[in-house]
Amino acid sequence: MKKLLLGNEAIARGLYEAGVKFVSSYPGTPSTEITEFAAKYGEVYAEWAPNEKVACEAALGASMAGARSFTAMKHVGLNVAADPLFTSAYTGVNGGFVICVADDPAMHSSQNEQDSRHYARAAKLPMLEPSDSAECRDFVSVAYEISEKFDTPVLLRTCTRVAHSQSLVELHERSEKELKAYEKNPSKYVMNPANGFKRHVVVEDRLKALEAYANESPLNAEEIRDTKIGFVTSGACYQYIREVFPDASVLKLGFTYPSPIEKMRAFAEKVEKVYVVEELDPVIETDMKVNGIRVDGGKELFGLIGELSQTKIAKAFGIDTNDARSFGEPVPPRPPVMCAGCPHRGVFYTLSKMKLTVIGDIGCYTLGAAAPLSAVDSTVCMGASVSMLHGFLKARPENAAKAVAVIGDSTFLHSGITSLTDIAYNQSIATVLILDNSITGMTGHQQNPATGYTLKMQPVPPVSLEKVCEAVGIRRVRVADPSDLKALESAIREELEANEPSVIIVRKPCMLLKNVKPKPALSIDPDTCKGCRACMRLGCPAIRFENKKAVIDNTQCVGCGLCEQLCAFHAIGEGKQA
Amino acid sequence: MKTTSIMIVGVGGQGTLLASRLIGHVLIEKGYDVKLSEVHGMSQRGGSVVTYVKYGEKVFSPIVDPGEADFILSFEAIEGARWIACLAPNGKLITNTQKMYPMPVITGAMEYPKDAVEKLKGMSDTISVDALEMAKSAGSTKAANTVLLGVLSRYMPEIETEAWMEAIESIVKPQFVELNKKAFMMGRDA
Repeated sequence: MKKLLLGNEAIARGLYEAGVKFVSSYPGTPSTEITEFAAKYGEVYAEWAPNEKVACEAALGASMAGARSFTAMKHVGLNVAADPLFTSAYTGVNGGFVICVADDPAMHSSQNEQDSRHYARAAKLPMLEPSDSAECRDFVSVAYEISEKFDTPVLLRTCTRVAHSQSLVELHERSEKELKAYEKNPSKYVMNPANGFKRHVVVEDRLKALEAYANESPLNAEEIRDTKIGFVTSGACYQYIREVFPDASVLKLGFTYPSPIEKMRAFAEKVEKVYVVEELDPVIETDMKVNGIRVDGGKELFGLIGELSQTKIAKAFGIDTNDARSFGEPVPPRPPVMCAGCPHRGVFYTLSKMKLTVIGDIGCYTLGAAAPLSAVDSTVCMGASVSMLHGFLKARPENAAKAVAVIGDSTFLHSGITSLTDIAYNQSIATVLILDNSITGMTGHQQNPATGYTLKMQPVPPVSLEKVCEAVGIRRVRVADPSDLKALESAIREELEANEPSVIIVRKPCMLLKNVKPKPALSIDPDTCKGCRACMRLGCPAIRFENKKAVIDNTQCVGCGLCEQLCAFHAIGEGKQA
Repeated sequence: MKTTSIMIVGVGGQGTLLASRLIGHVLIEKGYDVKLSEVHGMSQRGGSVVTYVKYGEKVFSPIVDPGEADFILSFEAIEGARWIACLAPNGKLITNTQKMYPMPVITGAMEYPKDAVEKLKGMSDTISVDALEMAKSAGSTKAANTVLLGVLSRYMPEIETEAWMEAIESIVKPQFVELNKKAFMMGRDA
């Protein structure tokens, strides 16, 4: 049976069919749906871990115990998991172990454009790169065969256009895999220097064997058509090349590290001109060049930044494409915004009004950086808000009453606890706001350890954020409601003035949660409205300004009441409109 | 056969993904090779969203580039303007007349283009519909997406009404099937 599947859903199907027993991940666009779809299979144990490092270690543990295991993460998540990743190359596996990393060229939903193919080289691990959903499914089972045959973790790399595109996939039955026997084997799994040194030799020998395999693997396929021009490519770029140059020869790489050097050399000899087409860094190109293989064009044609596409490739070769018509006047951009009724809005309104330095973090609340709130001073990576505030205040202790960190509930559990420990241990007079909206929001509503439910919706005791903060040594911990602007502002003021570290847990569930019922939409009495624009400072998508008066869009308003609190003329409320 | 390219553009939360999944469903039933591409994450939060649907005998790239879209189905007046560069020389734009102000307009930093739909009609083969009003009369403004899909379906003559109805039955939640069928037919017959 053929079905139209998202690349991520096809990977989950591949996991099911390959007999995978254990999946642990942390959500991250564009990788999230793999784990969500895997959780729908009763035969697969699947969980959300607090972060990618924990997920990777848990999956390594399940592999050591003999189960086929898996973890998925976005590109920056692999930075978090890099520590176990590098040493897992030394320990190798028992049950097959596959790590999926989803890159985001063009940064559709990310803070950088890193090329995770470098990780395969740095950690000395094999890497596979599917180019559509059918390959996503197929490559998973090949990855497990390689993992078990060569005793190595295997990296499966996708990008947004593979992860979030749907194409046809042939479904197969699950092939159940018994747990492999577990025997204590310190020389393989205890990576002290003496054992690790011996294992490094194993890693280098394995890489040589893998390179020989790469030259044999059917995943690296030579498609000889017209030999005037040949392309070496992988992943989504293969599809673009086939669209622009249907008659050209292609060396399609699916097993991309170690590079199939001999296949590359043979291909280059068969075609008159050989071009390397890859997004981001010149990884394939460099491997070919250092091995003395001719490359007639690569990065100088396509650049280092953003995604490629059929038209970008065609233009690089001077091929005519259809003219693009122009609307002829600027179309206002439509950036993502906090939803109407978002619990974060009141927080950023207040922080902006108080003119504080706001060290931000990763999540929906990154949107607090956008106009008109424009409250956020920095966004770097998961957990960085808390530790960067610590460093900021150690450098500028006189700013203690003028700076805060903001971090979400899921992000705090991901990597904010150790940062808060730094604040408590080394006593910076810092004020940290944990924005607890009771869900992992930006990635599309995943459960986390503080919500009280697992990925498979089993109820569990929720982590108490209050107790965690107290336990690491914060004495001033309080809870505030972001829907009461006056109370929130005075809570922030009090904690900024306190002469010790403090945490304010700003708690209100995400408006989009099913159990959060919207209140009746508010309206504005046009006769009472003075057009002062005080409500417009909230940056609420439900409020617009027309004919010198503010107007509420009743299809969007959920009655959160923030604008009502800001209106000095009491023009806003329920049923105010004539 | 030539690959047909459709772009569905709108604002996060308007239901563009449902429309693309319904199209994907009917096309597979017809035996076409189909690719859909969408972007999740940041773009869902009230931002501009784009979904690509491509079908034919064999589809390679899942994305639609400037000058390539045979159809642009726009859920909001200026989203069609934003993506008009993607319309193929003989392409057709189907746009909702609904206006949703983006944040730079709300903050007063930019003006919402005046008469955007009229201007689009002057520069391309454009059909405009008040899908919100039609959806309201079908039972809910939330069904504006299926009204627009109904309009598009008029230009896909190879797909019969029954196939669309079957797609709605298999993809839409049971309690919304009748609403969506009614909304779809309003668009199709309008």
